[in-house]
Amino acid sequence: MTTPVPPDSRPPLVRLRDVHLSFGATEVLKGVDLDVRSGEALSIIGPSGSGKSTILRCINGLIAPQRGEIHVAGTALHQLTREADRLALRKRIGFVFQQFNLFPHLSVLENIAIAPVRILGHPRDEVERHARDLLDRVRLSGKERAYPGELSGGQQQRVAIARALAMRPELVLFDEVTSALDPETVGEVLAVIRDLIRDGLTSVLVTHEMRFAEEISDVVVFTEGGRIVAQGPPDAIFHTNDNPRVTAFITGLGNREPANTGTEGRAR
Amino acid sequence: MAAVAAVAALWAALQPDLAVILIGWVPYLAQGFAMNILISVAAIAIGSLIGLILGVMELAPARWIRAPAITYVHIFRNAPHLVLIFATTYAMPFEITLLGGTVAFPDWLKAVVGLAIPASAHIAEIVRGAIQSIPTAQWESAGSLGFSRLRTLRWIILPQCLRRTLPAWMNLYASIAMGSALASLVGVGELLHAATDASTAVRRTDFTIAVYLTVLVSFFAYCYPISRLTQRLERRFAV
Repeated sequence: MTTPVPPDSRPPLVRLRDVHLSFGATEVLKGVDLDVRSGEALSIIGPSGSGKSTILRCINGLIAPQRGEIHVAGTALHQLTREADRLALRKRIGFVFQQFNLFPHLSVLENIAIAPVRILGHPRDEVERHARDLLDRVRLSGKERAYPGELSGGQQQRVAIARALAMRPELVLFDEVTSALDPETVGEVLAVIRDLIRDGLTSVLVTHEMRFAEEISDVVVFTEGGRIVAQGPPDAIFHTNDNPRVTAFITGLGNREPANTGTEGRAR
Repeated sequence: MAAVAAVAALWAALQPDLAVILIGWVPYLAQGFAMNILISVAAIAIGSLIGLILGVMELAPARWIRAPAITYVHIFRNAPHLVLIFATTYAMPFEITLLGGTVAFPDWLKAVVGLAIPASAHIAEIVRGAIQSIPTAQWESAGSLGFSRLRTLRWIILPQCLRRTLPAWMNLYASIAMGSALASLVGVGELLHAATDASTAVRRTDFTIAVYLTVLVSFFAYCYPISRLTQRLERRFAV
């Protein structure tokens, strides 16, 4: 939580150096440096279109930057040329999407179990036991047989979190996971994430929930125009920072960003 | 169906001798109709399997996989069934030498091939359209869990395509079932061929009418349930 992390000589779990990425003529990332250590929760905040979601997709190899280095869990991601190697890495990194993206043809239990069974080749009974434990953790016990279409947005997002955790990832990336939810269900999803982080989950969160970011993060990063403008412990970013842009963004927004949150998650 | 049965019963009552002759031919006609079912089931089965592979190939990232599939589909999708049946019947050998032994390659099997070719091209397009109709977020979501392209297709995309393609698939099945009668033109002993045999043997105008009506009713009985089932599925999946 907000307790300072003791100095750590081990290499960070995620390390980005001078990452540049453009889609056609549009420069999205203009030299991003970022470190995430094991057990740490890092939040990325900043205006829409500043490259927040793109950073997450670079970390799990869904998008490859044109320049720069990305090291994740001891793998030099920028040097991988084979899709198979990128897939091997992705098995170790969970990703939770803004629009949940559950598999609509599978029950809740199958959504959670399919990747460990089909990709990791784990025995089904063991996977299902784990899946039930995870459902309990995201407070959805009893919904095993339901289909995604029968659940509310908040419930679907909690299933998506359980699905990511079923792979026992070393790191989970949360991409604006509450932006597509109605305000009433935001709280239940945040509560689940809060518990996971408290239990030591390493995570990177792109979020517009400022109060939540302040509460759960070890490090907060502010991005604008494809660059990291400020970073530090939440207190430093939210209360004692001397960057006028950061202050303007935080105070101008209050706790939630209005309107255009729907497009950011699909920035690609 | 009930109306057809009622008309048939009325006719049999008015023309008992004709009915007796017709009943005598029923086993022969039934044998022919069994051939229609065999040809159509085999053609749709082979066509579906090859079409599925072609449909997936049409969307492959590699050009050398994509191009042959697209070319095949373009050539055969709207090729006339009858032309293909003639082509396969007269262009393909009557037996195939395999590993020293010879395997017979009868005409009915050639008709199956002739119908399976356009069916596979049609199904390729159905499959391609269905795959493209699945949101790309599903691919991304599966990819983030470590699914490769082929595994995403197998476990995530194609299962979702199944229900979307079912109505179109059954339409095609009904069309192949009707097309199986074309095999009579190359001498395959199916229902239409059997009816012509019967009509030639009996040489009575009223019998000829009755026997071809029987053919018509048989095809109706085969295809109508398929079409009704399709309508029901379309309503259920609301596509």
